[in-house]
Amino acid sequence: MRKLLAASLAVAFVAGLAACGERPQVVTYKQGTYQGKPDTQPWSNPPYNGNKEQWEQAIRTRMQSQNEYKRAS
Amino acid sequence: MARMKFLCDAERCIECNGCVTACKQEHEIPWGVNRRRVVTINDGVPGERSISVACMHCSDAPCAAVCPVDCFYKTEDGVVLHDKDLCIGCGYCFYACPFGAPQFPQAGAFGQRGKMDKCTFCAGGPEADRSEAEFKKYGRNRLAEGKLPACAEMCATKALLGGDGDVLADIYRERVTVRGRGGEVWGWATAYGPAPGKGQAPAAPAQQPGGQKS
Repeated sequence: MRKLLAASLAVAFVAGLAACGERPQVVTYKQGTYQGKPDTQPWSNPPYNGNKEQWEQAIRTRMQSQNEYKRAS
Repeated sequence: MARMKFLCDAERCIECNGCVTACKQEHEIPWGVNRRRVVTINDGVPGERSISVACMHCSDAPCAAVCPVDCFYKTEDGVVLHDKDLCIGCGYCFYACPFGAPQFPQAGAFGQRGKMDKCTFCAGGPEADRSEAEFKKYGRNRLAEGKLPACAEMCATKALLGGDGDVLADIYRERVTVRGRGGEVWGWATAYGPAPGKGQAPAAPAQQPGGQKS
């Protein structure tokens, strides 16, 4: 009986942890669903020339500049 | 991987329509098409609220779901874009969109509907980045220049925020903490009404008197 209780508690604990996960919310379109032309990534052209980290850093800086509490201090 | 979103802080929006103008100017949008617009609720009544609305770049976009020619796609950063070469201008996406984002320019003398046009989160479309073809069809590609949408970046009161949803949530949370109120504008009570016996929903305009502006 105690084993059953422990096992059910363990299952409940593991199931509870499942809520901590994050499923990707961006839809990945399978080949053949989108019928239009392919598009390039925003960092694949000059001035970034494929440097994704540099592009992400630029976007992060821009995003933070919208926060005037950070800008002012 | 960012999830690009817009967030409009109704406590800060002053209905200046600067975002609308910035969008029009940035992309040279034709007459009759408004990728972005400002909606005012309870206009003229004390406690009125304005909010800037455009394509919300839905995670599961209904426009893409109903498009009969499958011209919509979503970028790695969560921006919903479409291929104008494929669009047939049927208008299904307009009916499906809860925000009225898809716009249809007049294509002829008799008011025929042209190909759909909508907010691109300043990310262009399926043409070579920053090419003339891309600008003509979809407008300027600011994202490829490492910039955020023009509407959000030029907003004078920083009511309109654009960027990764997580970052925007952090900025908004900090504002609400400093203000000491306003968090109730979004959330359960707004969507589903107040709990039984708790009176009006906190977001109701009657409970927001003119004072206490931050």
